[in-house]
Order: sequence, then structure tokens, then C-alpha cells
Amino acid sequence: MENVLLSVRHLRKAFGEHAIFEDFNLDVHKGEVVVIIGPSGCGKSTLLRCLNGLEPIQGGEILLDGEKVLRDNTSITKMRQKIGMVFQSYELFPHKTILKNILLAPMKVQKRPRAEVEAEALKLLQKVGLADRKDDYPRQLSGGQKQRVAIVRALCMHPEILLLDEITAALDPEMVREVLDVVLSLARAGSTMVIVTHEMNFARAIADRILFIENGKVVEQSDNPKAFFAHPVTARARDFLKSFDYE
Amino acid sequence: MPSLGIEVLFKGTNFLRLLGGLWVAVRISLISVAISIVLGIAVGMLMTAKRKLLKAVFRIYLEIVRIMPQMVLLFVVYFGTTRVFGWNLNAETAAILVFSFWGTTEMGDLVRGALQSIPAIQHESAQALGMNPLQVYVSVILPQTVRRIIPLSINLITRMVKTTSLVVMIGIVEVLKVAQQIIEANRRVAPNAAFGVFAVVFLLYFLICWPISRLAGYLEKRWS
Repeated sequence: MENVLLSVRHLRKAFGEHAIFEDFNLDVHKGEVVVIIGPSGCGKSTLLRCLNGLEPIQGGEILLDGEKVLRDNTSITKMRQKIGMVFQSYELFPHKTILKNILLAPMKVQKRPRAEVEAEALKLLQKVGLADRKDDYPRQLSGGQKQRVAIVRALCMHPEILLLDEITAALDPEMVREVLDVVLSLARAGSTMVIVTHEMNFARAIADRILFIENGKVVEQSDNPKAFFAHPVTARARDFLKSFDYE
Repeated sequence: MPSLGIEVLFKGTNFLRLLGGLWVAVRISLISVAISIVLGIAVGMLMTAKRKLLKAVFRIYLEIVRIMPQMVLLFVVYFGTTRVFGWNLNAETAAILVFSFWGTTEMGDLVRGALQSIPAIQHESAQALGMNPLQVYVSVILPQTVRRIIPLSINLITRMVKTTSLVVMIGIVEVLKVAQQIIEANRRVAPNAAFGVFAVVFLLYFLICWPISRLAGYLEKRWS
């Protein structure tokens, strides 16, 4: 396909003897939002961590724009600038203000001028409703606010693709919405994203494609999330989705 | 009320001499503290290395320093090594050597603890932003480490300042020794001087250490 942005081919990932993925394949197209769901321990987060080289892989390859993601220092730091990642725990740098958290990498890594990055940062902060908190420290923000800052921080690097690893899993329920709204507006603006989540309603609303993974294998995938959630084909997916219902 | 004997401090240059002695004690601790901080940071970073042998060596070093009384170390270096190796070591250098040897390992252990207490996610999220290992260390890990060790290391510094009173035992004339001299010299005219003069020495130590520990409290609050 022409517009494949990220491609995972024959990925093999193991922790010691324990294999997570034997032969995993995935193509993410430009502008596509892929949502990965599945039971805990199925390898969802590990997959995202492999994609930006935080985990060494034991076989296969990962291509971004046709270029291989290697783990040596120079090429991985270059690659990671194109791959934004937001984690489950709010991982802002506690010793820096919100604004400095955002400015750090664009200025240090990409050597962009402060004025330009700051203008962009403020615009993005405005969009997520946190412009007035720019001089606060992370500890003064709620979890949901911190996650929105983390998203802005990733966006300021102008990544080609965003990886979101259960970004609402550690949040209080009433804060989930504010974070997911931000992600939803990114999706509408055409961002390419790979999202791991346990928020099924959110997955249904945002996904272009749903992947249901178990034991390192794609059990079911669908380009029609509404149909998938209404009538999953496989028994395994049916059981999994049932566990989210309280009827 | 019985005489406290403080008046002997106002005779001649006694009080100035006492302050001079205090300066000797403070000088020894300042130099030792400075050396300990620099070497301690290096040792602390080495202690987090994955090499088993390196770890074991520093572990043993730390245990030896902790178990051995500082006074014994002072005696070994000042009376022992000078004999065995035949070198000419003045007492102040010996004291600085011993206190730095002690301070470096304690500081190293503080740095090690601080480095290890920084969650892995801090490394990872910095890496995920495309930072190289040096940038991660300089911009993200070290500033957080420094914030964590400063309150603890200030505690170590006050301990070092207090412990310098031991150097009397290797013949250094510092504040305590000067105090003794003043008391001895005035034994007849002011028999109670031991109380007054040592009380002043106590106050002087307090005046040195109290601001330092206040600073620790302040920084701890500010950075918590």
C-alpha cells in the first residue's frame, strides 16, 4: 500500500523464555486511528513500547516511513522524534513547569528557537484548556490535566504518529472525559494514532480499525468498530466485551 | 548566682583566639565537604552501575567507613601511615583525608539512593521525546537527583562539622583546644570557666550548624 506509515513485520518479542509475540504483523496507514483492545497481559503495552524502541525486539522489523526503527542511539533518537508517546502514568518532569516540560525536547533535541516553540506550546495549551497553568508545576495539576499536558508535550515535537498507552487508566473517572475529548479532536484533525485502551465506548467512537489481541495474536480485527462492538465474530471477543457490561 | 567564668573570654585576645579555633574546625569541614560532594557524586553514579565487582568494592568501602569510628581512622592515618610509609603528613591534611574518605562514601550512598529512587518512567518518557542518554541525564535525571540529595547531604554536612571536634586528638588546635587552653590558663582566677567557655563553644557550633539545617528544611519544603 502507498500510504502505510508504520509497519510491523514478523515481530518477535520475548522476555527471557516467555514469548509475547511470535510473528506479529500490523500496518498503520497515514491518518488512521488504530485501537488495540484485549485482556491485561496480552501484550498491548509491550507492542507500543517496541514500536518506539523502549523494548528490544528479538526478531522481525518495525518500519516508519519505510525506515527501520533500530535501537542504536543516533537512529533511535531521530526515530522517536517522529513517534510521540503518552504513557499511563502521568510522566511529566516534576522539576519543571508545565511550559518548560513542553519546551524541553523541541529546544534541546530539535534545536528549534524558543519563541517559535513557545508560541506553538501556548496555542496547544489553549486548545486543551490549560494555557493559564503554564507556569504551574506538575504537582499542582490533577491527573487529567497532567495527561493533557503530556499530550501537548508529545504534539510539540510534530510527531508523524502518536502512541497512546492506556492514557486514562490511572485517572479518576470524571477526568477521563476531558482527556479523551482532546484525543478525539486530534483524530478528527487527521492525526495518525495507535491507541491502547480499556475505554470501550471511546474505542468505538474513535477507531478507524479495532484490533482485539490475546496472547500476542490478533484474534479479531474490524474496520467497522460499531459492527465489532455490536456483533463480535469470535467467541473470545464476545466474552471479553461482555465483561464490560453490567446487565 | 555562682560565676560562670565567661569573663575570661574578654581577657586579652581570648575571644578572637576562640574564633580562630572555630575557623580551623570550619575550614577542615568545608574542604572535606567540598571534596566529599564532588567525589561522592562520582562514587554514587558508579554504585548504580551494573558491574557486580564495582558494586561489591563500594559496598565494602561503605561498610568499613560506617563500622570504623572516625577517631580510629584519624589515628591510623596520622600516627600509623606516617610511620609505616615514612611520609610527612601534617595533622590538618590527615584530618581532611579522613573526613573526605568518610564523607565521600556517605555522600555516594545518598547519591546512589537518589538516582535509584527516580522512577524508570522518567527515563522512558524523556527517551520517548527523542532525547539521547546524555540529554536525559542532564535535563531530567540529575536535576531531580540533586533535589533529592540536598536535604540529606546537609544533614551529613552538619554531622561532619560536629565530628571535626575529634581532630583535637591528633594535636590540631581548633576551637575546643583553644577553649581548653583558655580554661587551663585561668584555672586560679576563674575556676568556673569550664562551664562558661564550653557553653560558648557549644553556642558557636550551634550558630554554624543551625542555619545549615534550617536551609535543609527550607529546601525540603520548597522542592517536596
